[in-house]
Amino acid sequence: MPGRETWLRRRLQIGRDTRGAARLPPVLGLKGSFVVELFRKLELDLRLVGMLGALAVIWIGFDVLSGGVFLTPRNIWNLSVQSASVAVMAAGMVLVIVTRNIDLSVGSILGFTGMIIGVTQVWILPTVWGLEHPLTWIVSVIVGIIVGAAIGTVQGAVVAYLGVPSFIVTLGGLLVWRGMAWRVAEGQTIAPLDSRFLPLGGGMQGSVGAAASWIIGGVAMLVSVILLVTIRRRRKSFGFIVRPVWAEILIAALVCGAIAGAVLVVNAYPLPPGIVRTMLEAQGLPSDGPLPDIAHGFAIPVLIAVAVGIVMTFIADRTRFGRYVFAIGGNPEAADLSGINTRRVLTLVFTLMGALCGLSAAIATARLQAATNANGTLDELYTIAAAVIGGTSLSGGTGTIFGAMLGAVIAQSLQTGMVLLGVDAPMQNVVVGLVLVAAVYIDTVYRRRIK
Amino acid sequence: MEAHMDQAVTAAPLVEMRNMSIAFGGIKAVNDVSIELRQGEVVGLLGHNGAGKSTLIKILSGAYPADGGEILINGEKVVIASPRDAKRYGIETIYQTLALADNVDSAANIFLGRELLTRWRTLDDSAMESETRKVMARLNPHFQRFKEPVRSLSGGQRQSVAIARAIHFDARILIMDEPTAALGPAETRQVGELTLSLKKEGIGIFLISHDIHDVFDLADRVYVMKNGRLVGSARVGDVTKDEVLGMIILGKCPEKAVPGPGAA
Repeated sequence: MPGRETWLRRRLQIGRDTRGAARLPPVLGLKGSFVVELFRKLELDLRLVGMLGALAVIWIGFDVLSGGVFLTPRNIWNLSVQSASVAVMAAGMVLVIVTRNIDLSVGSILGFTGMIIGVTQVWILPTVWGLEHPLTWIVSVIVGIIVGAAIGTVQGAVVAYLGVPSFIVTLGGLLVWRGMAWRVAEGQTIAPLDSRFLPLGGGMQGSVGAAASWIIGGVAMLVSVILLVTIRRRRKSFGFIVRPVWAEILIAALVCGAIAGAVLVVNAYPLPPGIVRTMLEAQGLPSDGPLPDIAHGFAIPVLIAVAVGIVMTFIADRTRFGRYVFAIGGNPEAADLSGINTRRVLTLVFTLMGALCGLSAAIATARLQAATNANGTLDELYTIAAAVIGGTSLSGGTGTIFGAMLGAVIAQSLQTGMVLLGVDAPMQNVVVGLVLVAAVYIDTVYRRRIK
Repeated sequence: MEAHMDQAVTAAPLVEMRNMSIAFGGIKAVNDVSIELRQGEVVGLLGHNGAGKSTLIKILSGAYPADGGEILINGEKVVIASPRDAKRYGIETIYQTLALADNVDSAANIFLGRELLTRWRTLDDSAMESETRKVMARLNPHFQRFKEPVRSLSGGQRQSVAIARAIHFDARILIMDEPTAALGPAETRQVGELTLSLKKEGIGIFLISHDIHDVFDLADRVYVMKNGRLVGSARVGDVTKDEVLGMIILGKCPEKAVPGPGAA
């Protein structure tokens, strides 16, 4: 079954290093194939390319089935906003799973920190600063992140220093923090929230507009090209083999094309007339004539998620801490013997996870426009599913931040698509559950094969 | 040769482990064992599986804390509480299991725990790869798979990575725990040659093996352990392989060997 094997290898990163460049081992006997040769020259990660392919199939499939409703700027924009909260947590979950651990408490931590954020900005800060103080939103978000990080640190320390399995510690955490979320306000829903806080969830004022989107896209393109050139120069200065120039240009073009495409999509989704009218009235302009088209642009929660993805990828690939996380996942004993303080690294992984739960809580709470004690219920499962679908191996040592975030988008795409097709909520869970099992099955097959 | 010997006798040993003991759950894995290693000397540690030789050496490499005894480096008492401490004293170890992180590449393994950083404190992968190319060129000139996780390398290549990690950081004391267990004849010979060239550089080497032939080819002296105790030590030229086998199996010390507390 050569075809099947190729597919598996592509999906499952055989022969790929942690930095993402892929090599196909010659055993495949595909050396001469044009496509393989192309990917080899481009040094692209075939697994990620495969995942993007899977996403494309899902998107096009749902678009056809739904009669063209799926691939609209509006749906894609909403899809990206709905993915943001889980994507932020999935970025942290990758590191947790890479170290051969699991965090079942992220949904509950989200619920608890969401309540903390709500109470801070609605009950506590207004008594000090009065309502709608310009710093209220950011202070409450920082409080949420710090509380999340503290919870993560405690759980991580119990795992690392007391030796309780992370499954148990975070299963306990799942119950504890959900209960504590209720306790914070005795089950009350906290609303209305601060008006400067709400844009974090997307929604009415939650996007940056067309011009800002182009500026962000332009900067992103510029930085990408500068990075490609810098890396090439550096590798050349050491006398290493670099990609052919045409391959570099092709990659730069693909990256810039993807960024420009994203900007075009979010700028093609106009704000609803009601909001445009309000905006015009706020500026004292006439609002009774034909209304101008004002684009959404990038949603703020999506920009937050992308920023998290970039920072987390940097941490994973470019710092000592990230290197240690992967080394611990690959061989904990070897990591110990090479003098790494594995317990400290493990604790910090959970700290980071908790902090990202706090940030994610800000997004989810703002999107809901209220802090409720049930917020984030079942999110631990969606987060783990996103990481696993995105190629993070439960046996540890492998996974990418980008893959996990893509996994979050794939899972959300399945759900959104099913909503558009009129599939009911219980059935959606059935499908997402089956996809998760299938992804883990593929992981298992892969492990068996490389033995 | 004479002058060298004199100097070696008068100067303090490179490593001296005195009366080392360690117990796991009431079982004395190492019991009152004293050994020493001099500069440029290859010392074999022999014994059956479970004789305590790996455990003894793991105390020196910082993997296990000893229950009793003291360690002297160049005559000075030191405390080795972690692998990091051991490395600070120039003690490098090639573990029997190789202790490689299979999921990262050779450079990441060689520099694990001692990464080269750029001036922005980020990992300098290019510099590490460059150094790796240099050290691997010495050990395994045909090695080219620098970007692949070590999982996908052959047994010999993995061994080279483990050895490269030990010798790259100017080791003064090298511990080789069953370095040829997973290797074919050609690779075994290569490791032998490397051992001798490191010895010439003045590095002291502990060679742990259950293969008596390996040890007789490379070592100057041997220590034999049995049931956690030292049977004795001998210069390789003074004893026959059969006599050493007798020490390993029966704990019987031949005439020319120096008996230890574990001698029958």
